[in-house]
Amino acid sequence: MLKKLNWGKLVVYSALVLFSLLYLMPIYMTIITALKHPVNISLTTAWKLPGNINWGSFAEAYNTLGPNFMNSLYLAVSATVISAILGSLNGYVFSKWKFPGNEIVFTLVLFGMFIPYQIILIPLFRVLRQLNLYGGIPGLALAHIVYGIPITSLIFRNFYARIPESMIESAQMDGAGFFGIYRRIILPLSAPGFVVVVIWQFTQIWNEFLWGITLTRHSANPITVGLAQLAGGQAVSWNLPMAGSLLAAFPVLIIYILMGRYFIRGLLAGSVKG
Amino acid sequence: MQFKSDKIVALLILLPSLILVGIFVYGFIGQTVYVSLTDWGKGAALAKNPEMNLIGLKNYGELFSGFLNSRFRQDLVNAVFYTLFLVSGALGVGLILAILLDRGPKGESVFRTIFLYPMSLSFIVTGTIWRWLLAPRGGINRLPTMIGLPAIGFRWLNSRQSILNFNWQNLPQITAIVVGAAFLFIAFRQWRSGLKKKGLLSLIPTLILLLWALWGARFTPEILPTPEQHGFNLATIGIIITAIWQYSGYTMALYLAGLRGISEDLREAARLDGANQFQYYLNVAIPILKPMTMSAIIILAHISLKMFALIFAMTGPDNAETSHPAVLMYLTTFRANNFAKGAAIAVVLFVMVAVFIVPYLISAYRERRA
Repeated sequence: MLKKLNWGKLVVYSALVLFSLLYLMPIYMTIITALKHPVNISLTTAWKLPGNINWGSFAEAYNTLGPNFMNSLYLAVSATVISAILGSLNGYVFSKWKFPGNEIVFTLVLFGMFIPYQIILIPLFRVLRQLNLYGGIPGLALAHIVYGIPITSLIFRNFYARIPESMIESAQMDGAGFFGIYRRIILPLSAPGFVVVVIWQFTQIWNEFLWGITLTRHSANPITVGLAQLAGGQAVSWNLPMAGSLLAAFPVLIIYILMGRYFIRGLLAGSVKG
Repeated sequence: MQFKSDKIVALLILLPSLILVGIFVYGFIGQTVYVSLTDWGKGAALAKNPEMNLIGLKNYGELFSGFLNSRFRQDLVNAVFYTLFLVSGALGVGLILAILLDRGPKGESVFRTIFLYPMSLSFIVTGTIWRWLLAPRGGINRLPTMIGLPAIGFRWLNSRQSILNFNWQNLPQITAIVVGAAFLFIAFRQWRSGLKKKGLLSLIPTLILLLWALWGARFTPEILPTPEQHGFNLATIGIIITAIWQYSGYTMALYLAGLRGISEDLREAARLDGANQFQYYLNVAIPILKPMTMSAIIILAHISLKMFALIFAMTGPDNAETSHPAVLMYLTTFRANNFAKGAAIAVVLFVMVAVFIVPYLISAYRERRA
């Protein structure tokens, strides 16, 4: 059977397994620590499996983080839906209704996704206060929708660019206008584009922290802010932050595991060229 | 044949987004720049109509040379090191992973999923987890004991050591030497590619800069009243490792897409020329991957120049050793209510990011037009 040991393959597979262990190590540590009783957590036995399993950490973490979890859910769902619709319409115009200066305007819009958000934070804080939107989820959703315009427009624009011009033209021959073409040709072909954008925006919004901590009051804090407060401070018993981390990671991890292919597409779309 | 009225409808659909981006991106950037030139933040900073007087570049002057703002300068140095190490680390690890997966080993999709899942998590989640892993007498430090070696004693997140220290007063000279070296490199490349005359011309700025740095600077006044040491704080290493762990999957995906785009013919040609696997990657594949490398550098530099959540989760906002201008901006603005100085820090960050992003967007624009 083992006529010739293939050294090249052996090296590749051992390296892959070694790297995998390295990448999975943190999640292993998180799960075993979350399942331990606080009294059984010590630095010297940190890597050992829990002796008797304590599911209570999750309930306790949910007691503290439950409201934050729901805030993030409302925020992410509403902002993602509006973002996706806006992005689809913008992408449709940018790819199929080119106007003079189309590319320049598009580049200027794209710039908005590369700015460090510190540069807009102070005016954003001020404007939200003036609009009486500071502190709550609607204000945060507005920020995510506006600053989501560049990436969602980009993904849809690149996606629609592949729809042949001839299909648009023949629909125009049949008398379809701007909305007719969108409804009859663009929208039915849009499903994968929507999946990519929805996954991307949902993950981004769910994971966001800077606006969460600066633009919301305590009652409207998203999950990332809740987790940072739960885990912050010195005297923590680590089962709770670990259970909280799993709770905060749960929705995005599920999406990633089930729809990884689309997640990667969104990821690669972020590099504008290509 | 598009009808005129449809074109108007199309523009009307786009218009609200353009107005929003115009105000929220460009208008707000302008306003932050304006605020950075004022003294907003004295007394009732949060009043409906806070007092604001234009004071010119005073906030910037204080940040770069003020006695009380030495933390900003260390943060700036930290940001440069974070960027340097995150970019090079994620590029290196990502490339290795991509090459390992390139030939489609069994279970490829499982491995890809494992390497990329950290990318889907929030910095707050990964930061919380790694803070536990990097606890001084547990986690990573205890791993060697599993095979009978002594535990590591390094204090990942609260070491107070720092290396590569330099005196902030010497910053102009150091900058001059670095820029001079860059010109020297350009001159060398021009000379080698046959542009002898141009190469010699490029030597002139090198000479001027080096001369000034090594000799002339003695006669220019110091920017700080007292010497001030800044360097690479070892407490940032844990944060850098976490960031590399989280982002190397991204570079892997980028490189893997690039490697898969190389035609089988080219690979075959390299093989027929007698190149082994290693030579194929070094001489054929990596040069082809240059555009991916550029994209990755831009995206990663942009991420590490605004790094906030990861540091917040791992060492808290008040830890000066591991801090970053993005963290200081938050503290200055929202804890100390010093809006003007917070805005100035934000502008410095913005300029640093823009140096990477603007050329990138311009070249992408040219490519689309071509």
